[in-house]
Amino acid sequence: MKGSLIILAFFVAGVITGIYRFLPGQIFQTDYSLYALYLLMFLVGIGIGSNKKALTLIKEVNFKILLVPLSVITGTYIGVSVFSLVQSNLNLPDSLAVGSGFGYYSLSSVLITELSNETLGVIALLSNITREIITLLLTPVFARYFGKLAPIASGGATAMDTTLPVITKYIGSDYAIISVFSGVVLTILVPFLIEIIL
Amino acid sequence: MSLGIIIGWIFHSRKKFLKLTGYLTNWAIYLLLFLLGISVGANEKIIANFDKIGFQAISLTLFAVGGSILFSWAVYHIFFRKK
Repeated sequence: MKGSLIILAFFVAGVITGIYRFLPGQIFQTDYSLYALYLLMFLVGIGIGSNKKALTLIKEVNFKILLVPLSVITGTYIGVSVFSLVQSNLNLPDSLAVGSGFGYYSLSSVLITELSNETLGVIALLSNITREIITLLLTPVFARYFGKLAPIASGGATAMDTTLPVITKYIGSDYAIISVFSGVVLTILVPFLIEIIL
Repeated sequence: MSLGIIIGWIFHSRKKFLKLTGYLTNWAIYLLLFLLGISVGANEKIIANFDKIGFQAISLTLFAVGGSILFSWAVYHIFFRKK
């Protein structure tokens, strides 16, 4: 819990900095997140490489690893379908399209804005950012009560990059390969699924 | 990341090195969240519309995440846990 609060504090500090532009305008033009991500990927790579169990796991799991992204898609669609039934603002296709972002907010929001309308695009942006934030904040809780695949499911497409470090921290480096695999498969599928639905 | 895997494989027996990596990973997470916060705060479109459509977006996400977690929980217990 302490870890989540520290993370939340950094995020809130960032939002305030962004709103009031405490930092010079230059910082908004360069996407520093990308470099931070590169650094993270490097560090996570070290974590995977130094874990001898990782290779053993991928040999044992083989076909079972495919079940992970499949169950993320199925579970997400079931949840989103229930959502479209309990409220009246968003219909089923719109809800499914937003859900198909799997946390990949940059691509899904642009695609949905193009294929549908801007409002739905902004919903996709907010919804998928929220998915990433929920995963970053609640991974310790998910891992504890819903098994080692739960943080990977919650992370969706982000399980391969932005949420990978926190996921790895709570479910272990041996599951990092499954997390990356699931994230990669979902990231590739995002544009196809959105296009099929809309 | 591939470079990181190779380096990690070479140095996997050095405990101090691994401890430092864990420490750096934490700070990289904090940095990334701070940067995500900045881009959310600086995006006027998000801030202006947050009250109206934010609720829809967040509730949809709760259902999406809830569904996927419950489904993966079942898959984990059926296919992964018994090893």
